[in-house]
Amino acid sequence: MTRELLPPSKKNPLERSQVPLRPPAARSAPTLGLLIGATQGRFALQHCDGCGRFLYPVRDVCPDCLGQRLSFQDAPRGGVLLSETTIDITADPYFRRQPAQRQGLVQADCGVTMIALLHRDCPAEGRVRLSLMTDRAGMPVVFAHPETGGAPHMEDDPDWRELTAQPKFRRVLITDGRSPVAEPLARQLLKAGAQEVFVGVADRWKPAPGVDALGGIEGVTLCDLDLRDERSVTGLAADLAGKTDILINSAYHFRPGGLFDAGQVLRAKDTLDICALGLLRLAQAFGPALMGRGGDGTTRNAAAWVNVLSIWAQTGRPASAIFAAAQAAELSLAQSLRGELAQGGVRVMNVFAGALEDEWFEDLPPPKTAPAAVARTVVTALEQGIEDSYVGPDAEEFRARMARNPKEVERLMWQG
Amino acid sequence: MRRDFDGVVVASPVSVPYARFSIETAQWWAGAALRGLTEASGISHKEMDGLSVSSFSLGADSAISLTQHFGMTVRYLDTVPLGGASATVSLRRAARAVQAGDADVIACIGADTNHPDSFRQSLENFSRFAQDAVYPMGSGGANASFALLTRNYMARFGATREDFARICVAQRDNALKNPNALMRKPLTVEQYMTARPIAAPVHLFDCVMPCAGAEAFLVMREETARAQGLTYARLTSAIERHHSFPEDPIQIRGGWAVDVDELYAMAGCTPGDIDVLQTYDDYPVIVMMQFEDLKFCAKGEGHDFVRSHDLRIGGDFPQNTSGGQLSAGQAGAAGGHLGLVEAIRQVTGQAGPTQVAQAKRAMALGFGMINYDRGLASAAVILEAA
Repeated sequence: MTRELLPPSKKNPLERSQVPLRPPAARSAPTLGLLIGATQGRFALQHCDGCGRFLYPVRDVCPDCLGQRLSFQDAPRGGVLLSETTIDITADPYFRRQPAQRQGLVQADCGVTMIALLHRDCPAEGRVRLSLMTDRAGMPVVFAHPETGGAPHMEDDPDWRELTAQPKFRRVLITDGRSPVAEPLARQLLKAGAQEVFVGVADRWKPAPGVDALGGIEGVTLCDLDLRDERSVTGLAADLAGKTDILINSAYHFRPGGLFDAGQVLRAKDTLDICALGLLRLAQAFGPALMGRGGDGTTRNAAAWVNVLSIWAQTGRPASAIFAAAQAAELSLAQSLRGELAQGGVRVMNVFAGALEDEWFEDLPPPKTAPAAVARTVVTALEQGIEDSYVGPDAEEFRARMARNPKEVERLMWQG
Repeated sequence: MRRDFDGVVVASPVSVPYARFSIETAQWWAGAALRGLTEASGISHKEMDGLSVSSFSLGADSAISLTQHFGMTVRYLDTVPLGGASATVSLRRAARAVQAGDADVIACIGADTNHPDSFRQSLENFSRFAQDAVYPMGSGGANASFALLTRNYMARFGATREDFARICVAQRDNALKNPNALMRKPLTVEQYMTARPIAAPVHLFDCVMPCAGAEAFLVMREETARAQGLTYARLTSAIERHHSFPEDPIQIRGGWAVDVDELYAMAGCTPGDIDVLQTYDDYPVIVMMQFEDLKFCAKGEGHDFVRSHDLRIGGDFPQNTSGGQLSAGQAGAAGGHLGLVEAIRQVTGQAGPTQVAQAKRAMALGFGMINYDRGLASAAVILEAA
């Protein structure tokens, strides 16, 4: 049974901070197809569309029918553990630092044999449940849980903790307390075991009921943070960057308006200032510190940076053209940030939502997404190590349509 | 029934003494082996018209580059990238070439160097499947892959670590008589059992020690050997089989099991006629599988076999008489040549301190290339005293 993770003691300032190390990152290009599933929490394996077999390791040719129409399809997650070992001796610096890695050979129900990282609760023989995950180099790996879960502290397995960004015992910064997502997010993070939640608020003298509620939550500390102000961001980073393990950029500044509406250039400057330049300012002030602490232990090291984004970041939308453009800029910066922070083993996760259930979307009919649902998805992404999450039925539909035909989505956006 | 190897002989066994680490290149080690062949045979390398090379550490070079590097002009050229199966496969292919008259004298060389970091690098870059689907899952290398096979074999057939200890301890005893072996201290069953785990159930003394070294031999027709006045052994049988039994969910047998009857039929002998056996021994579980697949005992009875036989040079079943890779060291692809070169020495009476009395017929085995979850290449040869 997994040993319960104990709260870490305060770090001895004389102790050396461990430099970040990355697991082996080399993969063939076809193997990166596994990222389709691994980044979305799906178990999508390579599949021969000619003869219907699943294939693993990833190939360029089906060994049964020599077909080359190969796709990645969701596969049943079950499997039987054929054999297992614990690797005490390895030459790889990353795995040398990690606790001895348990590894198993799994006969998957879908017909393939997979070498998998093994949860410590897996019995030496028996059924397992397989997952595709991204490791701390951002590359696909296979992880096996016992099929029947429910044992206490399973989420404390050291390898599972490496493959996710568990809020447990970590300190979190939420950058925009005025976002309707901030309050439910703070509550859920604390419920998930976060040590402390800092919430940035711009212009704290301006009244906001959500902010007042946040201030009343035990474990939440409000701080001055204006994403439009470089000095404000660097000022907070001076206090917090060294102890922020998870940064959640909740910047929220939705204003409707199309390209022909009066005053849109000024509005665009404002919106970009918060969404895109806000992320840039945060990256400059917090990024290097997070990256440097990515390998500093496994209990309270820097683990993740989450961006709460609109699905419109992925396409234009005439009725809110400026907002969509600003979100697109933020998404682009987030993708570059992912590449930078991967050097330190820190994950960048994006959570995409459609219209929120708040006053700014009054004109849109349901379904709209409750801020609490966004909060839940952020915590799930952290707990399950999901790189790209979509919240609610409209975002799910958006994802499915984009996967099928982005031009169809572009036309649908014309309707508002 | 395929054609026999009538008239094909092997001669001039050469071993370049191993070094744990070397600042020299694989080309240097291969060149040393080639010089050893010329010294042992009296045949100039410029007179040799065939070259077969196996190595993991030649960098951008293959056998063709070595012809110019070494000043050879050949009409038979082979690069055999089969690791532990490379020697037996090189011999089988070279034998057909000299038999057909495509070449007269073929130098077969296995050579590798070993720098302090080269083992890790070779694990990381071993194959595409290994890079994509094995190395990132804990970077255990071959130790972890064989640990998975070993645990399954033990659970399925009832073999124990004590059974594996018998193989390793007997081979160490043999190595003490081999002045070129890297492991020169006696090994006890207790030391074996209490060794530190590497990837359980694989422990320290189940693992070979990577090193630098080279092994080589010549393949020719009998009349050529006679004309040169060489001591030689006859090749009477040779098989190779790759990626056999893909339907086995986890490996419990090698490709030998497919062709074993033909192997003995070509040589006109039975398992009981083999006087000395050189298995491929990176991990004792594979040795046990070879006892079974080559019909020295039935499948799953390898552990009974090692309990009832003495595997030492003076024993009733002399096996890996030079100490094998487990005790002599694994010089990369030359490790696949160690047993074959020792087999040539045994049946030609040149084994010196490791000589088995009355060794008239020897079998040498090859196994290699854990591409993903199993070893893909299997090969075997039988040699007879002339």
